[in-house]
Amino acid sequence: MSATATIYLLTAAAVFGIGVYGLLQARQILRQLLAINLMGGATFLLLITLGGGADGPPDPVPQAMVLTGIVIAVSATAFALALLVKLQDATGSSDLDPPDAE
Amino acid sequence: MPSEFLIGLIFLPLLGACLAVLPWRWSIRLGVFGGLASLPALLAALTLAVIRDGAWYYTLGGWTAPLGIRLFVDPLALLMLWMVAIIGGVAAAHAWHDFRPGTPAGARFWPLWLLLTAAMNALFLSADLFNLYVCLELVTLAAIPLIAMAGTATAIRAAMRYLLLALLASLVYLLGVALLYNATGTLDLYLMTDGLAASGGPATSLAFALIAAGLLLKGAVFPLHVWLPNAHASAPGPVSAVLSALVVKTAIYLIYRIWLWTLPAEDPMQGAVELFAVLGAAALIYGGILALLQERLKLVIAYSTVAQLGYLLLVLPLASVTAWQAASYQLLSHGLAKAAMFLAAANILHAVGSDRLADLERLDQRTPLSLFALALAGVSIMGLPPSGGFLAKWLLLEAAWREGRWLLLAALVLGSLLAAAYVFRILAAGLRREDPTEAEDAEGTSPIGRRQAAYALLLAVLALVAGFGAAPILDIVDAGIPAGWSAP
Repeated sequence: MSATATIYLLTAAAVFGIGVYGLLQARQILRQLLAINLMGGATFLLLITLGGGADGPPDPVPQAMVLTGIVIAVSATAFALALLVKLQDATGSSDLDPPDAE
Repeated sequence: MPSEFLIGLIFLPLLGACLAVLPWRWSIRLGVFGGLASLPALLAALTLAVIRDGAWYYTLGGWTAPLGIRLFVDPLALLMLWMVAIIGGVAAAHAWHDFRPGTPAGARFWPLWLLLTAAMNALFLSADLFNLYVCLELVTLAAIPLIAMAGTATAIRAAMRYLLLALLASLVYLLGVALLYNATGTLDLYLMTDGLAASGGPATSLAFALIAAGLLLKGAVFPLHVWLPNAHASAPGPVSAVLSALVVKTAIYLIYRIWLWTLPAEDPMQGAVELFAVLGAAALIYGGILALLQERLKLVIAYSTVAQLGYLLLVLPLASVTAWQAASYQLLSHGLAKAAMFLAAANILHAVGSDRLADLERLDQRTPLSLFALALAGVSIMGLPPSGGFLAKWLLLEAAWREGRWLLLAALVLGSLLAAAYVFRILAAGLRREDPTEAEDAEGTSPIGRRQAAYALLLAVLALVAGFGAAPILDIVDAGIPAGWSAP
């Protein structure tokens, strides 16, 4: 594995970790969504790097997977944002655990 | 010819969803009937084909694996598909009155419902790990708006929590899939086994651990169940039924697929089945106790789902023909009984205006049919003879006994006792007499109420009949036993 690939892999691992931390630690849903998108980005980086093909042309399958993954991530994020607006309308709060649940 | 049926199972509901998006009343009707009523006919033809020729693969678009995506149908997949067709169909009939085409609620409801059906069918047929990721996301993205459709702040908050955790679960699963593809060069569930036997190592172990974590979270397995009770309890009735009976089972189904079919028998990650069993036993007891402590009917039923999923994981280390039958029976009878309970609870909520156990006195006069459906389904959940639930739990006890797994045996017995306790608690609440005045029968007086009660009753009776009508189903499902389980 080339040095560049190693750097990319380490970056992917770090970004995924930051995403998980952000998701667990953030109180606001918008921040949690951003954290999930970070995790998605890290996964895509990992897929592309692993399919990079150190000797020979890159493998097209991971690239197709990443394309599909991006489409899914965008639609999931869009849906989550719409749901967040609904939540804000219904409860007046954009946090998941307001002090007066129910 | 059966290959076209296979495709039809996915594309007819999908086509129906496209029709149901259109603004006309007839297009929604056509979409719903075409997309749902056609499924049993397709499945009947498919079942005959599987009985005749055994399990088979279908290569989509003629692209062969490893590049193409294969569909695979075997008895286990058939069982799940039948559950989608029947439970989904009855729940849809129940939902028909609350989400009429032509009303704004109906226009929003049916496309999502059909999309959810198509996504679950695709998931049960898929033989490709990445395609399964796409199906898991589709199931999630169709199920969550259905929960939020209840419109209450609790429902929207529960939907949001479910969505965030489901997205986390999918990404963790996808990370595992990426590592597996790198190790084996294929995404096909059934072609991967050879590659895994050759290249097993820490990377593939990590990959399977990630996949397991993702699926356990999606399947609401204790202790990752936190999102389930509120999400399932605050959704509209028919949606709760399908969520508890089918949607959480998609993740359990994938655990079965990957651990019993894909993973080589000598892989170190096979040890994870012991962990699954421990989690299952814990879920059985924890879910049972929490179900006993709830004050609302739908929450009791939702926690009961957390508990009942435990049985499905408990089976994994037992690896025998009996255990296999127990697992398939638990899938079927829990699905039917739980859907019946949620539909009955929806009727009761509708008639009484509350599902707090404290408000449910004199249900035998107010909603006699729904209370009867609840009791019948409860018989199956508790595992009393002659229900399907009894058969599942009996087979499971037998399998655990033969293997000498005493702790599992103890958990099974304790879980069933807790189930009996929470079911009787519901019935006791429904049969109380607080004041002597006669209540009117809300169900008997309205035709819609009678029909909705009949749907709940239908599923409850099916769960009961599953007990003594078991032999033919068991025969078909036995043919699909995973390779490692049939050895004596």
